[in-house]
Amino acid sequence: MFEGLTRRFQDTYRDLTGKGRLSESNVREALAEVRTALLEADVEQGVADSFCNEVLSEAVGERVTRSLKPGEEFIGIVHQKLVELMGPPAGTISLVSPGPTVVLMCGLQGSGKTTTCGKLAQWFRKRGQTVLVAACDLQRPAAVEQLEQVVMGVAALGGSRVAFHGEPDQCAEYGKAVGAAVGVARRALAKAKADKFDVLILDTAGRLHVDAALMNELESLDRAVEAHMRLLVLDAMTGQDAVRSAKAFHEKLEVDGVILSKFDSDTRGGAAISVKRVTGAPLRFVGVGEKPDDLEEFHPERAAGRILGMGDVVSLVERAQEAVKEEEAAELSAKMAEGRFTLDDFLKQLKTIRRMGPLKQILGMLPGVGSALSGIDMEDGKLDRIEAMVGSMTRKERADLDCLNRSRVKRISTGSGSTENDVNGLVKQFGMMQKMMKQFGGMAGAGKAAAMRQMAAAGAGGGFPTRGSTRTASPAAGFKKRKNR
Amino acid sequence: MFKRAWGALRQGLAKTADALGGKLRALLHGRRLDAATLDEVERLLISADVGVKAAAELTASLRAEFAAGTVERGEDAIEHLKKAICARCGGRSTAIAVAERSPTVILVVGINGVGKTTSVAKIAHSLRSSGKSVLLAAADTFRAGAVKQLTIWSERLGVDIVRGKDGADPASVVFDAAEAAVARGVDVLLVDTAGRLHTQEHLMRQLTKLRSVLERKIPGAPHETLLVIDATSGQNAIRQAELFSKAAGVTGIFLAKLDGTAKGGVVVAIGDEMGIPVKLVGTGETPEDVQPFDPASFVEAMLGAPEGPA
Ligand SMILES: Nc1nc2c(ncn2[C@@H]2O[C@H](COP(=O)(O)OP(=O)(O)OP(=O)(O)O)[C@@H](O)[C@H]2O)c(=O)[nH]1
Ligand SMILES: [Mg+2]
Repeated sequence: MFEGLTRRFQDTYRDLTGKGRLSESNVREALAEVRTALLEADVEQGVADSFCNEVLSEAVGERVTRSLKPGEEFIGIVHQKLVELMGPPAGTISLVSPGPTVVLMCGLQGSGKTTTCGKLAQWFRKRGQTVLVAACDLQRPAAVEQLEQVVMGVAALGGSRVAFHGEPDQCAEYGKAVGAAVGVARRALAKAKADKFDVLILDTAGRLHVDAALMNELESLDRAVEAHMRLLVLDAMTGQDAVRSAKAFHEKLEVDGVILSKFDSDTRGGAAISVKRVTGAPLRFVGVGEKPDDLEEFHPERAAGRILGMGDVVSLVERAQEAVKEEEAAELSAKMAEGRFTLDDFLKQLKTIRRMGPLKQILGMLPGVGSALSGIDMEDGKLDRIEAMVGSMTRKERADLDCLNRSRVKRISTGSGSTENDVNGLVKQFGMMQKMMKQFGGMAGAGKAAAMRQMAAAGAGGGFPTRGSTRTASPAAGFKKRKNR
Repeated sequence: MFKRAWGALRQGLAKTADALGGKLRALLHGRRLDAATLDEVERLLISADVGVKAAAELTASLRAEFAAGTVERGEDAIEHLKKAICARCGGRSTAIAVAERSPTVILVVGINGVGKTTSVAKIAHSLRSSGKSVLLAAADTFRAGAVKQLTIWSERLGVDIVRGKDGADPASVVFDAAEAAVARGVDVLLVDTAGRLHTQEHLMRQLTKLRSVLERKIPGAPHETLLVIDATSGQNAIRQAELFSKAAGVTGIFLAKLDGTAKGGVVVAIGDEMGIPVKLVGTGETPEDVQPFDPASFVEAMLGAPEGPA
């Protein structure tokens, strides 16, 4: 997300920093660059223009032109304006009592409503609420079945009750189902009330904002269930049309919030930047993957930081807290200190990191790393291969790498679909890591703890590259070289 | 012979062309050009998702003609733009490839939710109406309900389908489908695949594998690899085209959802930068809603783009 855009902003920053004091003309020049970058990122044209004008009028003020650090002042203004553009934060979702709180989903075809229903159900479930999800998309073939599977997947995770309501026999061919959805919604609401669900989520058919009949159906759905919250799902990769359609949905339905799907793509995030300004509805969530957990709350402040390459450490820490169990971490660091760190532990750690999301996404949250990463191939597939290799080893081999001989290496490489070189490389790198760990293990006090933390990061994540140094000596990086051979 | 199948669809871009008489027409019709009008043209092109670069280039050439006095009136400008855009995106053949020996294999790929499965149904329908025998392969075994979705289409359209279980290896489905297509002597095998982000490298590799399975089973297959692009998508579609081409050798674009207010202008950049032609456009949710791409009416519709809000 925001890829490319970040680099452009940092280039601008560097240019301005090199200029000593700022004049109106070099601010204008910089803003022309910014405008192009925004348009290339699919920011709505009107929004891009007004944004640049606002920055301009502040940036030519005395504070900036007199400043000894004009680049920083300028970026500061841009940051503040970006936050204003995307903010304020949507605030918490308040549930009504008595329940159920009714959430109505809407959006264009293929925007990701059904998958998002599952993620929202999971979001509520994790917060201890019981959720009923109903399939009011009777139009697209097998949409009901799709939602059912998605919801059952969430329900299977246990905890609070999550259930599905669907009436596949109500489905009809295109255009003939209008109206039927309202009946399904009514019955779902009755069921949610009777069975005392906290939340009712209604999935609806995708529709064009210019399709009057279907937009009216949406309105009657809304009226029939008196939804407390209407959420618009929008594809993060949408171009200039994003705000056109969002605006139309908003006008018809008074949308309470927007969810941007497919935010884990390499979208530059134009829709994310524009949608609040144009519709007035806040961006509440972003979808960052296909699994139920892949939904994040959107924070304008943090997003602005990411866009400008300032990273998003807050989100990173939050994710780490979700992924890493405390006891696990403690046990692991004890093992390291005592030199008992085996390949098995390494694998465990690798998995932990991966629970936090795709590598590139995680690293992108570190300040300055986002732009440094843009050129690097941070392929999660390489981690897959490390996992596969370790997975193909016997328990004995994992505990004691010294027992590996030619034939064992061969077996492991065939078993994991890699080359013998790959296996040897992994063994070598891991051996080095173990040795270093033992050395650190002898150190005492605070220095040791810090060193341990570093080791942990280097071992599992392939090393966090920092600005200026994109090379790492980690196993993951080692494989990369070999692969490009 | 095969071509006639598409000929039957040639009704022009009825719905999208309706937008004609939109902003640009209003702007240019019966008027002499001036600098402000030319700026406005550039904005319109951008709001149709043509991209900053292509929009700048297109208007630059217009400005040059204007300065030279060769383009003076609004109508001339429209003609000029039409030619320039058509040259960028419609220079190449839009005909769907046909294998010398049946079956012709068409592989359909794209990111999540762009309209792949519906597009497969549309192509199947038009082939059927021209008397071709069609076999569908449900190689999206990943997304919940995907196999069922294509199965419903196969029933509605009365075409055969080869499918695996949900969660089955898509390569094995494709393998079985290729064998069945040969054994049953069908004219066209249409392969629906799971949506994937172009940034998911392991899933892209899976596409490469599907391709090679087809290749091994049927010489020259896939004869056509269609990338479905959502007309609402912005500049990111260029990356989609690049990475899907790299993994799956895209030969043409199916531009879906052109019945909305989005103009799909990004295909101009894709055609220009990568030489991938648009072959078909989708204009609705029923199997009939497909048409061969016609650059001229596409451009007309695009230039009728309404100004964005705000
Ligand atoms: N308005 C309109 N809707 C379309 C068009 N093509 C597809 N759709 C709709 O877009 C939605 C998604 O279409 P699918 O065919 O399921 O998309 P897909 O690419 O196969 O989706 P995944 O397999 O989930 O990646 C459905 O609701 C379709 O009816 C089109 O040309 N116009
Ligand atoms: Mg599909």
